[in-house]
Amino acid sequence: MQLTGSEIFMKCLAAEGVTTAFGHPGGVVLHMYDVMLDYPLRHILCRHEQAAAHAAEGYYKATGRTGTCIVTSGPGATNTVTGITDAYMDSMSVVFFTGQVPTAVMGCDAFQEADVMGTTRSCTKHNVLVQNTEDLPRIIKEAYYISRSGRPGPVLVDLPKDILMSRGDFSGYPESVRIRGYNPSIHGHPGQIRKAAELIARAVRPVLYGGGGIIHGDASVEFTELVNLIQAPTTLTLMGLGALDTSHPLWLGMLGMHGTYWANMCMIHSDLMIAVGARFDDRVTGKLSEFGKNCKIIHIDIDPTSIRKNVHVDVPIVGDVKHVLRELNKELRKIKRDWAKEQEEWHGQIAEWRAAHPLRYDQRPDGPIKPQHAIAEVFRLTEEMDPIIATGVGQHQMWAGQYYRGRKPRRWITSGGLGTMGFGFPAALGAQAAFPDKLVITIDGDGCFQMTCQDLVTCVQYNLPVKVILMNNRYLGMVRQWQELFYGRRYSAVDLSVQPDYVKLAEAYGATGLRVERPAEVSVAIEKAIATPGPVVLEVVCDREENCFPMIPAGAAIKDIIDAGEPVPEKLFQGWR
Amino acid sequence: MNSNGASGTRAHTLVLQVENRLGVLARIAGLVAAKGYNIDSLSVAETLDPTASQITLVVHGTESAIEQTVKQLNRQVDIIKVVDLTDEAHVEREMVLIRVNAEPANRAEALRTADIFRAKVVDVTPRAYVFEVTGDAEKIAAFIELLRPLGIQEVVRTGKVAIARGSKTAPRREARAARRPAEARAASEREEQRAEDEVAVLPS
Repeated sequence: MQLTGSEIFMKCLAAEGVTTAFGHPGGVVLHMYDVMLDYPLRHILCRHEQAAAHAAEGYYKATGRTGTCIVTSGPGATNTVTGITDAYMDSMSVVFFTGQVPTAVMGCDAFQEADVMGTTRSCTKHNVLVQNTEDLPRIIKEAYYISRSGRPGPVLVDLPKDILMSRGDFSGYPESVRIRGYNPSIHGHPGQIRKAAELIARAVRPVLYGGGGIIHGDASVEFTELVNLIQAPTTLTLMGLGALDTSHPLWLGMLGMHGTYWANMCMIHSDLMIAVGARFDDRVTGKLSEFGKNCKIIHIDIDPTSIRKNVHVDVPIVGDVKHVLRELNKELRKIKRDWAKEQEEWHGQIAEWRAAHPLRYDQRPDGPIKPQHAIAEVFRLTEEMDPIIATGVGQHQMWAGQYYRGRKPRRWITSGGLGTMGFGFPAALGAQAAFPDKLVITIDGDGCFQMTCQDLVTCVQYNLPVKVILMNNRYLGMVRQWQELFYGRRYSAVDLSVQPDYVKLAEAYGATGLRVERPAEVSVAIEKAIATPGPVVLEVVCDREENCFPMIPAGAAIKDIIDAGEPVPEKLFQGWR
Repeated sequence: MNSNGASGTRAHTLVLQVENRLGVLARIAGLVAAKGYNIDSLSVAETLDPTASQITLVVHGTESAIEQTVKQLNRQVDIIKVVDLTDEAHVEREMVLIRVNAEPANRAEALRTADIFRAKVVDVTPRAYVFEVTGDAEKIAAFIELLRPLGIQEVVRTGKVAIARGSKTAPRREARAARRPAEARAASEREEQRAEDEVAVLPS
């Protein structure tokens, strides 16, 4: 059957089961957008390609199904690069389709031409330029397969205009994929798994350190089983939140730069660290030369590149987390041991740390709203509604991580590796598009929201009732915090006190705008925002100079963690005076 | 060759089998550059299977950085296989074309030197010879040094190509026995480490 590239493209997307795509049209993809009208694909027109990219990420994170993003050549493609890199850093499965100028003029500085293959080579799991219309089905099949299998990641397909417009033979969408250079390891090595079980059986101060891999690998059930089996205190990275129910008695809270004091203490005082689907990011390890010095480390990860990248590992296990945990749990069940009793002293020690250094803030009834109070209230009021929470990047994100409460995976969407300001709102839009009837909340900062708020109108157009809880401190809060703590309080380019009226801004886009300024009114305001139909922006006017603690200063060892109220050592001063 | 550099780096000879496709070389070059390393030598050509290419790549780096680079290369979809031949028994060759001055006074010496190194004369003019010589890095360095006093006008090198010794299916242990004892000892320690890593990566 002879069909145009655009028709083949649309047929392949349908065969792949793609129902929703986020995108923005333009010159070279006009033909595809014309054909699109005759197919059932739901195309959500974002107002900026970066938002389309983040929306596709949010869609993936919330559903586990690969996100799809379609943009035009040149600026359309380059606008998605932040989203592509974000997806790459956080292992998000998204397939990006970018238009390209006709093959005959490629490399000639044609209108809206950009070397997208070259630009995205280092921030995609794989990218490919389509050179023949007839290759489209195979390339699309491979793109989705590569993106979601192994360690998930973004795949980009560059589509020249002439490839979309010319006709080629189409004999259906391929049923299987065979790529000789790509065979992710799924099953962990049995010998290594036995070794790991032996180590675990001897540990008296174990700590489980789980990451985003548990979410991507749909392994939270197996992970929770492991926690219950070995009774080990369990911490999760920012990306791993949701892998364990936060009401679990062994839950320590998030670890890392702004993790709980006791979770971080567990990392340095344990005799065995069991890393599951986590990659020893610098925000977790602190100073590498002082990390994991006194403990054995087991590292389970699907990506061999993650193993021994930063940290020495005693027992590496390369494989799919779900498979490996199943096998490991099987081994562990054979071991006769009173797990809780052997760790009694350890759990006692953790309880002491927890009592001495709790997460805390001082909310005065007549003072300004403490951002922690508002965020804790969001979780308290919505916990039973099983909401999806997305965040931007900065102080509000860390507080949201600290006060996070949730029962299930895929309910927490945030930008970890790249730390992309402006991510939260469009990611929530994408999650809402996947689940139109679910409560989707963005906890955002005013700096972040201004980067991508144009897509409020997209929420209005497609009736995506995202609730934006805007933590407004009229500062770039995290940068300001660093300037206060490490640069002698010289504030440089962080003041956002000249800003739009967010209530009017929301209204201008056709959404509902609300504002709360007094602590006593916070919970009522949150309830009202949730009860109001359609997209809502609730501006929470916050204490301007609240700091996020505990904090492990960048480059410092975990033991140098600074808790609220503790002085910042003089040696950490980084200013120029 | 294989000498330890100032910062604990040494030259590694990596052999890659890759898809014969657009952009693959850029991908490899980009990965190595991202590590902050320069590619010392590179040679690329089709294999018996025209859809695949074989690449020999020489790059200086620390052991851990090279290990990481090999893993990252292996992760690429278009790269079928990567082997670090540095501590394996292997043969390496490079072909070089050298244009030297051929003044009447030193024509004979140039030819004698070429003869010793089994270099071929591939072009002759009244003023110059072009020699073609093949060998490993040491031989080529020695040949160039001996010709240098005569006046070298131009040197063009193919970059190194390398192949493992022994039958392709033979176990590594056999290949290792061929090495000198001291070298073999150091290599076998690395081998144990590598075997451990391989245990960790079981093909699905």
